[in-house]
Amino acid sequence: MTVEASTPVFTAFKTARPDQWVKGVTGDWEIIVGMEVHAQVAANSKLFSGASASYGGDPNSHVSFIDSGMPGMLPVINKFCVEQAVKTGLGLGAKINLWSRFDRKNYFYPDLPQGYQISQYLYPIVGEGELEVESEDKSTIMVGIERIHLEQDAGKSIHDLDPDATYVDLNRSGCALMEIVSKPDIRSPEEAANYFKSLRSLVRYLGTCDGNMDEGSMRADVNVSVRRPGGELGTRCEIKNVNSTKFVAMAVAYEARRQIEILEDGGSIDQETRLFDVKTGQTRTMRSKEDAHDYRYFPDPDLLPLVITQEWVDGIKATLPELPSAKKHRFINDFGLSAYDAGVLVADKEFSDYFEEAAKGTDAKMVNSWLTVELFGWLNKNGVEFANSPISAKNLGGLVKLIQDGTINGKIAKDVFAKMIETGDEPAAIVEREGLKQTTDTGAIEKAIDDLMATQPEKVTEAREKPKMLGWWVGQVMKSTGGKANPAIVNDILKKKLGIE
Amino acid sequence: MSVSEKDVRKIARLSRLAIQDEKVPVMVDELNGILNWIEMLNEVNVDGVEPMTSVVAQVLPMRDDVVSDGDQQAAVLKNAPKADSGFFVVPKAVE
Amino acid sequence: MTDLTKLTLKSALDGLSKGDFTSLEITDAFLNKIDAINPKLNAYTLVTHEKAREDAKASDARRAAGNAGALEGAPLGIKDLFATKGYRTAACSKILGEFKPEYESTVTSNLWRDGAVMLGKLNMDEFAMGSSNETSAYGPVVNPWQVEKKLTPGGSSGGSASAVAADLCLAATATDTGGSIRQPASFTGTVGIKPTYGRCSRWGIVAFASSLDQAGPIAKDVTDTAIMLKSMCGHDIKDSTSLNVPVPDFAAAVSRGVKGLKIGVPKEYRLDGMPEEIEKLWQDGINWLKEAGAEIVDISLPHTKYALPTYYIVAPAEASSNLARYDGMRFGNRVDGKDLIDTYEKTRAAGFGAEVQRRILIGTYVLSAGYYDAYYLKAQKVRARILEDFTKAWEKCDAILTPTAPSAAFPLGQKQTDPIQMYLNDVFTVTTNLAGLPGISVPAGVDVNGLPLGLQVIGKALDEETLFAVAGSIEKAANFTAKPNL
Repeated sequence: MTVEASTPVFTAFKTARPDQWVKGVTGDWEIIVGMEVHAQVAANSKLFSGASASYGGDPNSHVSFIDSGMPGMLPVINKFCVEQAVKTGLGLGAKINLWSRFDRKNYFYPDLPQGYQISQYLYPIVGEGELEVESEDKSTIMVGIERIHLEQDAGKSIHDLDPDATYVDLNRSGCALMEIVSKPDIRSPEEAANYFKSLRSLVRYLGTCDGNMDEGSMRADVNVSVRRPGGELGTRCEIKNVNSTKFVAMAVAYEARRQIEILEDGGSIDQETRLFDVKTGQTRTMRSKEDAHDYRYFPDPDLLPLVITQEWVDGIKATLPELPSAKKHRFINDFGLSAYDAGVLVADKEFSDYFEEAAKGTDAKMVNSWLTVELFGWLNKNGVEFANSPISAKNLGGLVKLIQDGTINGKIAKDVFAKMIETGDEPAAIVEREGLKQTTDTGAIEKAIDDLMATQPEKVTEAREKPKMLGWWVGQVMKSTGGKANPAIVNDILKKKLGIE
Repeated sequence: MSVSEKDVRKIARLSRLAIQDEKVPVMVDELNGILNWIEMLNEVNVDGVEPMTSVVAQVLPMRDDVVSDGDQQAAVLKNAPKADSGFFVVPKAVE
Repeated sequence: MTDLTKLTLKSALDGLSKGDFTSLEITDAFLNKIDAINPKLNAYTLVTHEKAREDAKASDARRAAGNAGALEGAPLGIKDLFATKGYRTAACSKILGEFKPEYESTVTSNLWRDGAVMLGKLNMDEFAMGSSNETSAYGPVVNPWQVEKKLTPGGSSGGSASAVAADLCLAATATDTGGSIRQPASFTGTVGIKPTYGRCSRWGIVAFASSLDQAGPIAKDVTDTAIMLKSMCGHDIKDSTSLNVPVPDFAAAVSRGVKGLKIGVPKEYRLDGMPEEIEKLWQDGINWLKEAGAEIVDISLPHTKYALPTYYIVAPAEASSNLARYDGMRFGNRVDGKDLIDTYEKTRAAGFGAEVQRRILIGTYVLSAGYYDAYYLKAQKVRARILEDFTKAWEKCDAILTPTAPSAAFPLGQKQTDPIQMYLNDVFTVTTNLAGLPGISVPAGVDVNGLPLGLQVIGKALDEETLFAVAGSIEKAANFTAKPNL
């Protein structure tokens, strides 16, 4: 079988928008960024062994003899991992390669037990695709995907347990990674961060990776170079293992600035691997050039070519959930949300799922505002994860329903919301218990107004002269009714009694 | 093609094999002897031939995603030259 | 009482079955003989007395309970390349030190499943790299034939061949990457078969060159190898290259005869300067098969001479990667250096012998940037040509007859200084490894000095039965009864 090898080629270098240019002493510069994101497949077991792929555990407890590189051990591939790579590829609208192959990448490191990493070098399982990404000016750009391949993760080297030795834990060794390689289509630190964010959102929608950055489930290698706008390409540096959206932006900004300063001083850029230091926000050289790597890739003779059928791929395609970009457009069209609001909601599948459940049968725009302003605001202020929100989607929707059907007014709703946070109770139950139901009993409201008018005759006169005083009167009535009066009814009766048009 | 002393040092380094200086010329001769003999392959016409990576004519078998291995820290560490607190202990590795 | 160690596997199994003797008795007979003879031969690097006797007792108990397996009670030797749980598995390399795996290879597990008894671990060339058993960290093995001459038993399965020839086990496991079962069998007057690649699981066998390595037995006669192979092979989900095919009753094929079979004789195997007696032996084989009713056809395998150079690219390339895990970090011996890299380099320089280091260097070189296409990729293409030769040959014949090795056993030390001379030992055997085909060596005569010589039969993929039929026919006609005089 003849298969075209896909080798990364840097084609179609679009020029950045002028607002993305970086000012140097000698003129403007353009940043060119391509990213390789490693996303750990959300699998139970490892890519080539039956050991657990779950995070944590005692050191070397999620380790088979395969993962520890014992003599005579052989790899057997995990079907689920292959499926997730295909699914991710489909989510990126990418070409799925029915024939792919595993190669060995040879190098020595204590957390690489076999002395090689099994990866897909020449023939990846997924070919070209693309991802819609928001730029800093709120427009969207398409970032090309070069390929996705499956490979083994390495173990973990711990350098600070002993001053003279490194401790090695192989729990992560052999876990399945999808390496998602972008084309160099990114032109600013913000775009880089947004690309990473959008990709994370996508894999979480698909369920192919949990996107947990704290546990290292997603890490980015960021390739950065600079050039004069539209000019000749510069030498790139690769910044390894950047593990948050924020750090991606910081690393790109710092690295571009560093390269510009060197070039403007008449220097040249060495192609090298660099590390991003989260403490200083700087990048620094990782490996010395003397020990140049030569990975000696060759097809892994312990494995056979990975051959999948179009039928299988079609079956996976049929199970794909609605993806963020489609969902965003639906939220705009069906719920009348703004592009920005829809973007915020679909950025995270948890948000959009919550939103959709809460908005069932009620005013979606009002739900959006309670969710993104009130609930997000409270979570942020109190440092609580969205997943641990004290208010369920159903209850938030219930609250909006109570406002809509006039059971409570907006002001009372805020109090109910506070009680919901405190107790997690249903809003209707809180309203009932606390007696917060809005008063629509016109007799009671009339009585309250009459009492007030009787005690403050001078204000009555004032209001008749200055109709703007109506607001003050409404406030007084609400106060006297403990906020429970229906403001619209109060308004109507006041107007009548005060004789205001 | 023939290898030089520099090549031998380079591949020894890549192979993580310490090589004594006096052994380098010996190794150069040995490797060149073997490589010269291998040059014989240049006589073979391989136009249009697909490289053969395996003799097995079946597709890669796949296994289900089930945890069936691991949870054997002691066995994994049993033959380690040095281990501590469940970790392999190795010389200081600096990135 | 008869010397139980002189029995074939088949007759021993019959004797055990009939209750003529127990497994413990025959096991003790072997252990005693090993203790007496092994110091002269160095075939065993580890004799597992206690385990053997325990295994034997357990076997006798199983038999008494009516649960006898296909190899019930048969004492076997295990090449040191097979992982044996709790027992040193060093691939006869210093780098593995006293490595005791916490797992058992699939092939040996299959043997124990069928009731066999382990006598110990057998010497071999370090990581199976060698053709004379001289690269072993445990010292060379001596061929039991004309012991005083200190001849090589061949390699890399020299310990297996020597032990079987000297009656130090009923049969032995071995492995073959370029001829490591068949050449030692030829040198020791024993029978050895390398089955089709994928017949025997490679799981738990220390890897040398993954796309070529294949386990098989060395035994005293053709039937014994057939019995052994049946137990050793079978599909294994733990090896992605293991073939999911039924295992036939190989032993039933041994007496099948060759009537009507077409036997190919490849002209390219007629080497310049090949000893006359090997030429003659080959002709004898042709005549025997003709007399037995086979049709002899001339065939051509035009790329034969390129097989060895192809092998010496493919095998070292794979080995350079397979042996990267021997780094002194997780198991085996570590030599501390001034830093990590120095520790790696010292560990590996001290742990690997000269031939292993030579092959790692060649393998690293042919895979390195700038040379991959010229060497590795080219070799893979020539390998395809070699397979194509065989595919074409199968249009004309059912099996191929060749000599096993270009010479009889040579004195230890004789070829050590010239790697290529040593590599040429595998000239007739290596093609089947590259093509993944089965090959069997069967003793067919002796040279002028009275040393055994073997003939090789090569078969189609998965057609071991025809191989056994042809080998059985040669065995019958050759009537090779000579035994080493110890």
